[in-house]
Amino acid sequence: MDPQFVAFVLLALVGLFAALMMVTRTNLVHAALYLVVTFLVVAAMYVVLHAEFLAAVQVLVYAGGIMVLFLFVILLVDLPREMAAPRKPRNVHVATALILSAVVVGLLGYEVVVTRAAPSAGGASLFAEGGNLETVALALFRYYLLPFEVVSLLLLVAMVGAILLARAKA
Amino acid sequence: MLELIWLIPVLPLAGALLNGLWGWRLSRRSVGLVACGAVLLSLVVSAGAVWELSRLPVEARHFRTEVFGWMPLGPLQAGAGEGLRVAWGFALDPLSAVMILVVCGVGFLIHVYSVGYMAHEEGVGRFFTYLNLFMAMMLMLVLGSNLLVMFVGWEGVGLCSYLLIGFFYDRPFDARTGLTCADAGRKAFLVNRVGDLGFLIGVLYLGLSFGTVEFGELAEAVHGSGGVSAGLLTGVGILLFVGACGKSAQIPLYVWLPDAMAGPTPVSALIHAATMVTAGVYMVCRMTWLYAAAPEAMAVVAGVGAATAFLAATMGIAATDIKKVLAYSTVSQLGYMFAAFGVGSGVGAMFHLTTHAFFKALLFLGAGSVIHGMSGEQDIRRMGGLRRKMPTTYWTFLLGVLAIAGIPGFAGFFSKDEILWGAWSSGHLGVWLLLLLTAGLTALYMTRLLWLVFFGEFRGSEEQRHHVHESPRVMTVPLMVLGILSVVGGWMGIPKVLTGGADWNGFASWLAPVLGHHGGGEAAAAGSGHGAALELGLMLVAVVVALAGITGAAAVYRRLGVAERVAKGLGPVYALVRNLYWVDELYDALLIRPFYALCRLARTIDERVVDGMVHATRNVTLGLSYLSNTHDLWIVDGAVNLTGATVRGASHVFRRLQTGSVQSYATVMVFGAFLLMVLYTLGR
Amino acid sequence: MLTPTHVMLFSLVLFGIGIVGVLTRRNAILVLMSIELMFNAANLNFVAFSWAMPEIAGQVFAVFTICVAAGEVAIGLAILIALVRNRENIHIDEVNLLKW
Repeated sequence: MDPQFVAFVLLALVGLFAALMMVTRTNLVHAALYLVVTFLVVAAMYVVLHAEFLAAVQVLVYAGGIMVLFLFVILLVDLPREMAAPRKPRNVHVATALILSAVVVGLLGYEVVVTRAAPSAGGASLFAEGGNLETVALALFRYYLLPFEVVSLLLLVAMVGAILLARAKA
Repeated sequence: MLELIWLIPVLPLAGALLNGLWGWRLSRRSVGLVACGAVLLSLVVSAGAVWELSRLPVEARHFRTEVFGWMPLGPLQAGAGEGLRVAWGFALDPLSAVMILVVCGVGFLIHVYSVGYMAHEEGVGRFFTYLNLFMAMMLMLVLGSNLLVMFVGWEGVGLCSYLLIGFFYDRPFDARTGLTCADAGRKAFLVNRVGDLGFLIGVLYLGLSFGTVEFGELAEAVHGSGGVSAGLLTGVGILLFVGACGKSAQIPLYVWLPDAMAGPTPVSALIHAATMVTAGVYMVCRMTWLYAAAPEAMAVVAGVGAATAFLAATMGIAATDIKKVLAYSTVSQLGYMFAAFGVGSGVGAMFHLTTHAFFKALLFLGAGSVIHGMSGEQDIRRMGGLRRKMPTTYWTFLLGVLAIAGIPGFAGFFSKDEILWGAWSSGHLGVWLLLLLTAGLTALYMTRLLWLVFFGEFRGSEEQRHHVHESPRVMTVPLMVLGILSVVGGWMGIPKVLTGGADWNGFASWLAPVLGHHGGGEAAAAGSGHGAALELGLMLVAVVVALAGITGAAAVYRRLGVAERVAKGLGPVYALVRNLYWVDELYDALLIRPFYALCRLARTIDERVVDGMVHATRNVTLGLSYLSNTHDLWIVDGAVNLTGATVRGASHVFRRLQTGSVQSYATVMVFGAFLLMVLYTLGR
Repeated sequence: MLTPTHVMLFSLVLFGIGIVGVLTRRNAILVLMSIELMFNAANLNFVAFSWAMPEIAGQVFAVFTICVAAGEVAIGLAILIALVRNRENIHIDEVNLLKW
């Protein structure tokens, strides 16, 4: 039982629990908090998988930025009224979603299992020099510069769009 | 001049064309000038040609000119001879010479008269066109060198007769039956047609038997080949005579002539007295060689002629229309001519034709003058005492009456006598008796006419009395000319018996090469003693009969009332005569009504059958089209509607996908992704 | 021994949960959150492969994905705000004006 595996299993359990909670809670804030947990679990998994930089980014952006956004919007929603009349989704919808999801997951899972991807021997040697951050940075600014710039442009557009859409009517 | 004889018919034809095409634009005077001028020119050419002919020796007095090859016809059956070649030619010989002089001469006088008579009428251009056309046709008939050219003229005069009788086409003619002048014209044409049929059949028979229709060639053929069956010739002779009956108004085809009086009086004078009706006489004389070889046919001619003469004379006694009296008289005199020919005296026939042309034309024109003066009145019961008011007319009319009655010295006497002597001397005593009685009747009714019109008291209306006047000179001058001719016209045929043996009978000797020597001359030469006395005696008898007729008429009509008592006394006989023996009614019942019934039957059948078929076709078509329409509607529309309905149904089903709910869209997307994955998996 | 298979299975399960959340919840915010869950599952998959191959591109791509997710959340929430303004609530099952 190597530590990697144990860590992973533990994290997986927590993550699953948090995710399930999230999708079933009626209370918006509860659901948001469970989502944060999920993000943190994922970040931890990144670390397990030797993607430290990504873990940091995950925490920063997701847990830090995106959740804050969510919380701002939740503030706009009239919570008391929302809480007063919660409505459960209809059974047929739930059943359909569950079946569909199960089918998709089952199929893909079957694929995955059949393929049996194996880890490489030098799993850690990749990140020997300079660590994970340096490797990612080098790849990002050397080989993936164009996508990088494009993404920045995309973020700009998103920003402008968000401002525009959320603007109060004058 | 002889080579120019083709001009004789052509000149009036040209006049007709001129007046026909431009007459409506010319003045009355110009129209009259053109018409009279054309006839005058023809007369001049005729005179010149006859003069030239007379200078030829007697045996050589025949001239023929061929204008163009007309119809070269092949044989009727293959190998049956050479067929028929018909050329268009004109010929002149003593017989046709007499005719053209009479036609052109009297015709010219009547044309001049017409200028005055038609002075107040409409359609003058049309009138003179027809009149000139008639002259052209008549001259063509006379001058034709073969039977078919003659037939063209024969038909042509029939046509012109129709056109001229019905000239005032809308004018009512018979108050009793309500018919118009156009109807009278039609009657004339149709009755003529019946005769023409017989004529044509005869001509065709002759032409096909002998291979020619030329007169000269036919005469030679009949004389030469003795093997020609007498039966054929008799048949042809009778057929041709049927044509003559139609054209010259003999029994049984005379019924059109009295009704032909519907036309203007100059027309009656020219066509129905002097020229067209004499075409039949001319025709039989022309074919004298044929009848000489067919004695039965000649007997038929004689019999019919004599009977007609007598019958018509009886009808003239009771007639009350001035023109109708003259019409019956014409029929009667024509019977005389045919009877003359039938007993062997062709010369007599032609002589009487000539003198009759003179005095009958005179009488008709005189009647026209009377009608003109009486403002259109034609009933002699409403006339009377006109001799003082219209002296010239009276005196000329009197001359005509004396001529027709056969008073010695006048034209009619000589010609009538020639005929009576011919009948007696050839042994046809029955014919002689009939003709004698007819002579008496003729004198009777003519005197009656004269008396009722010109003597006694005026019986017309006051208005007529005021208007009565003598006719203008353009009308009275021709009357005078004809009057003179009625007197002296007979002097060219004075029989030997009256001249003490000297041959003053220029007429007979002129016609001898064509018609042979007449019986009278031979008899006189043979047994001068008996023959002469007999002839003189018979002459006297005729004169006595004539005088009896005259006095009888004078006695009856001198005082009013006598006539009525006589008529009542004769009762049914009078009714018979007055109604013309109901011959017209007989024809109507026997022929016309059945014909109309047949026509109606044909029409009904035609309507029922044809209309029936048309309606049936229509109904069938309608039915079929209805079927097609329905079928088309249901199937085509059905197909289209089906398509539409299918689309609509499908769309009903598929639009349920558009729920508007995002989550349902998401569901579908996931499902779609799933399907892709399935496909991917299966593909591996 | 930890194999990529384990990681992938886990990420798949997360993904499936995310799908259920998207299709089921009535509240639009919760839908968006479920979508974020799905994003994370996908990122995890990338990183798993990056670790297994090994290839750095996986992590790079995960970076990009995070960026795009951020942008997407921004815009999504902006739309939500606009929706809230107009309708006073964010029940997306009631936004069905495009229904046939």
